[in-house]
Amino acid sequence: MKRFDRRTLLRGTLAGGAVSMGLPFLDCFVNDNGTALAQGAPLPVRFGAWMWGCGMNPDRWNPTTEGLGYELPIELQALDRELPTGAKLREHVSILSDFDVKLDGRPNFPHTAGLMGTLTGSLPLQDYTVPAPTLDTIIAAQIGGQTRFRSLEMSCTGNPNQSYSFERQGVFNAPEISPMALYTRVFGPEFADPNAGPFTPDPRLMLRQSVLSAVKADRDRLHQRVGTHDQQRLDQYFTSVRQLEQQIDILLAGPPDLESCSKAPTPGAESLGTEVGQSMSTNRLMADLISFALACDQTRVFSMMFSDRISGLRQPGSSSLHHQLTHDEAIDSALGYQPEATEFVFVSMEAWADFVERLAAIPEGDGTLLDNCLVFGHSDISFAKIHGITGIPMMIAGSAGGALKPGVHVKGNTSPTTRVGLTIQRAMGLNTESFGTRSMEATQPVSEIVA
Amino acid sequence: MRNTDFTWMRVFCIGGFVLAGLTGCDGSDASSPAVEVDAGPVALRRLTAEQFTRSIHDTLGEHITVPSRIDPDDRRDGLFAVGSSFASVTPSGFEKYEAAASAVAEQALDAAHRDDLVPCQPQSLTSSDEECARAFVEQAGRRLFRRSLTTEEADARVAIAAEAANTLNDFYAGLELALISVLTSPEFLFRVEVAEPDPTDPSRMRLTSVSMASRLSYLLWNTTPDDDLMAAAENGDLVTENGLAEQVERLLSSPKLETGIRSIFSDLYDFKQFDEGLVRKDNALFPVYTQTLAEEAKEQTLRTIVAHLTEDKDYRELFTTPESFLTRRLGVAYRVPVPTANGWEPYVFAEDARRDGLLSHISFNALYSHPGRSSATLRGKFVREVLLCQDIPTPPANIDFSIVEDTMGELRTARERLEAHVTNDACAGCHTLTDPIGLALESFDAIGMLRDEENGVPIDTSGDLDGAAYEDAAGLGRALRDHPALGPCLVRSLYRYAAGREVQSGEQALLEFLNERFAESEYRVRELMREVVLSDGFRTTSGPRDAEEAGDES
Repeated sequence: MKRFDRRTLLRGTLAGGAVSMGLPFLDCFVNDNGTALAQGAPLPVRFGAWMWGCGMNPDRWNPTTEGLGYELPIELQALDRELPTGAKLREHVSILSDFDVKLDGRPNFPHTAGLMGTLTGSLPLQDYTVPAPTLDTIIAAQIGGQTRFRSLEMSCTGNPNQSYSFERQGVFNAPEISPMALYTRVFGPEFADPNAGPFTPDPRLMLRQSVLSAVKADRDRLHQRVGTHDQQRLDQYFTSVRQLEQQIDILLAGPPDLESCSKAPTPGAESLGTEVGQSMSTNRLMADLISFALACDQTRVFSMMFSDRISGLRQPGSSSLHHQLTHDEAIDSALGYQPEATEFVFVSMEAWADFVERLAAIPEGDGTLLDNCLVFGHSDISFAKIHGITGIPMMIAGSAGGALKPGVHVKGNTSPTTRVGLTIQRAMGLNTESFGTRSMEATQPVSEIVA
Repeated sequence: MRNTDFTWMRVFCIGGFVLAGLTGCDGSDASSPAVEVDAGPVALRRLTAEQFTRSIHDTLGEHITVPSRIDPDDRRDGLFAVGSSFASVTPSGFEKYEAAASAVAEQALDAAHRDDLVPCQPQSLTSSDEECARAFVEQAGRRLFRRSLTTEEADARVAIAAEAANTLNDFYAGLELALISVLTSPEFLFRVEVAEPDPTDPSRMRLTSVSMASRLSYLLWNTTPDDDLMAAAENGDLVTENGLAEQVERLLSSPKLETGIRSIFSDLYDFKQFDEGLVRKDNALFPVYTQTLAEEAKEQTLRTIVAHLTEDKDYRELFTTPESFLTRRLGVAYRVPVPTANGWEPYVFAEDARRDGLLSHISFNALYSHPGRSSATLRGKFVREVLLCQDIPTPPANIDFSIVEDTMGELRTARERLEAHVTNDACAGCHTLTDPIGLALESFDAIGMLRDEENGVPIDTSGDLDGAAYEDAAGLGRALRDHPALGPCLVRSLYRYAAGREVQSGEQALLEFLNERFAESEYRVRELMREVVLSDGFRTTSGPRDAEEAGDES
């Protein structure tokens, strides 16, 4: 791949033009040699959350042995896949069982309490509310500013109005539901393709910066005319304006300088919906796109909702949804579980394996992209039939650039799920002292998986 | 004066209510009687996706294709109208707004349409012209900000137009960038409501005349104020009794009121789910059901509501009327012949068609069902919560549902399965509220087609609604029509929609007053809208809303 000296390019292209641009803003991502992320520099570490709804069957999902090389239980057989590197997928995935969400006497709002406890460290006082920022936005607040997109949210449910990426109540990052729309957003005309010849910044990009400056100037005038509630909302608004300015700065700096970066191919045909085949296919298409986006350092934080917490997955021709089955279907006395509902657990774990496997398919540095990722796989509950919030199923794929040991099974002995959230934050380089509130407050990371 | 005013005021004066404002107890020269109101706070209201699109069409041109991919609306307390006064803009949301603004500006100023918006010809097509740019910015900016721009605001946009025109050697490209900066400003994306002390009683805060224009226009037409309303607003007319009354009459008698009514009911009934393709059904079980059918089913119900209410018919009769509108495609699902090959025709269902009232429509029955089966509980919950404004608590976490919906087991009908809930104390509290209603609608399957049996067993649709017994869905419709909570619930919903927030304790007396007025008008919704916008609940405020407490312990 041919390399360009961006500073020279910028100077060359802009010299003599009516538009001048200052370079200091580039300092955050351009080193002294003028390359964005030169060889030898540490590769970026990325965080992703991948959730599926309605849990699993604890006796069939939790491994019976602990530590490295744990025995794969029946519902995790999807992790037995062999990767192109010759390793098994399971060697890259740690399992975290027997960690609980603790209510402290608060209501167990079905499907909400477990999810919010794990992702925010706090329990909601009202149903459908978000008590604190979710893990992905906490991490994005620290590392999201270094990339074109602060974070990317995706969903396989076909619903554009639902994600579990919340800055706070009422401020949520809407997901991409269409792979084609995600492709256009990341790899559309604005994407500076490192393999597409000399880079010429579009003068319109700089004019867009002027537009945003004018918008920012409206801020103070408006602030004076509104109350404190609206001031908060406007602060969020202008944070978003600044984020777009930064996004344009990064576009002006030219193509990403990463060995593994190449433009993603146009995604294949899509069919949005919650039939199993549709969600599985969307998940694979999205996994493909996000892997290219991560390899090109377009973002370092993402989240994926494979199925909603009240899972709407369904098999074609069936009158029941996954969620309904978890409650309605009788436990087969011979088998000891709900056979139809359990099919969706297998589907979800196959989808998880599809997603993680895709990240392991892109070589990066001495290993693969997955090695420089930390993907947190989790559900909202454990045993859905009773809305169980003890032993919430959690997994971590990837080694976070060497910060974590992969392929380990750890039993939490009923300690709070927030210990995992804390471990994740520290692995992502955050100086988080503690995570969560009341009985959910965690100060001890899961040392068994820390490298 | 309207013919009902006098009677009403006598009743209230005798009842000893305090009448505020200009109204005297002799009933003379009163624009609108009022009760004591401590109105709640105001807040920025983010344009909903529909308002965003309509505002752009009405200010910049109907020809514009407005991108639909913008930040989703936030639904709160059952209304997007309430969520809009809490919503902010996330980074990904702003990214979409900026992209949409760019697409809109390009179309608004394309060669075929620029002369409709730019009130002057530039001196040169290839460079800046500050005077002409300013004329454009001030005119378009006023319509988009719903007020005149300040000098600073205009200067900033004129400077962008100049910079861009000279960089790109294109005057109109310069205007495009200036327009983008208007469209991405919070002053456009949020409706800013401002209060001022009322000169006749400085202890009270009233909405400014300019703020009133947007309040009225988005409530009654769901779009930006037109030129006439803007002129009245900037002239200060909307804080005077006569000036306000005059504009309110104009807005209420305009055909655009249909849009307003449609938007209110679409929000209340959560019909946006149809537009977003979220009301999905299993193809194998329901081959008749397609996205087009779903959208037409929604349209059928909205057309029925709009026609009924703009003809000033009794709101309650919506739940019993056999009058509706159909397309041929809907006719297939309703199993009735529709002569019109393309498009809509008014249709009156036959007496034995079992299609009386809105609750017999495909729209409701499909929306409040699962993809593969009907749901008596969801339907009953909708009637209780949305039509009667009654709370249904969330289900307990640890319950065994397995007996309830095992359709292959001994319990063959929804009634048999749900009755199992009612024998369980933890479930009975809610299910005795929802199920009798939903079970009356079991004669409609998951896409609202008629059926008489479930799993080979005849469906029993009898029940009672708070003491009123019925045999079938039509009987439920009549019981609903006569339910004392039906009218007051619409009053409450409309008030919340208008105010963009929950009802405050200082507004309860006003709501009771509005309930009586609504009843006296024989439940004419246009009258109710008039009463709401002329009330102090709509015209005054306690001031800007305070910040919410930071979530929980964080």
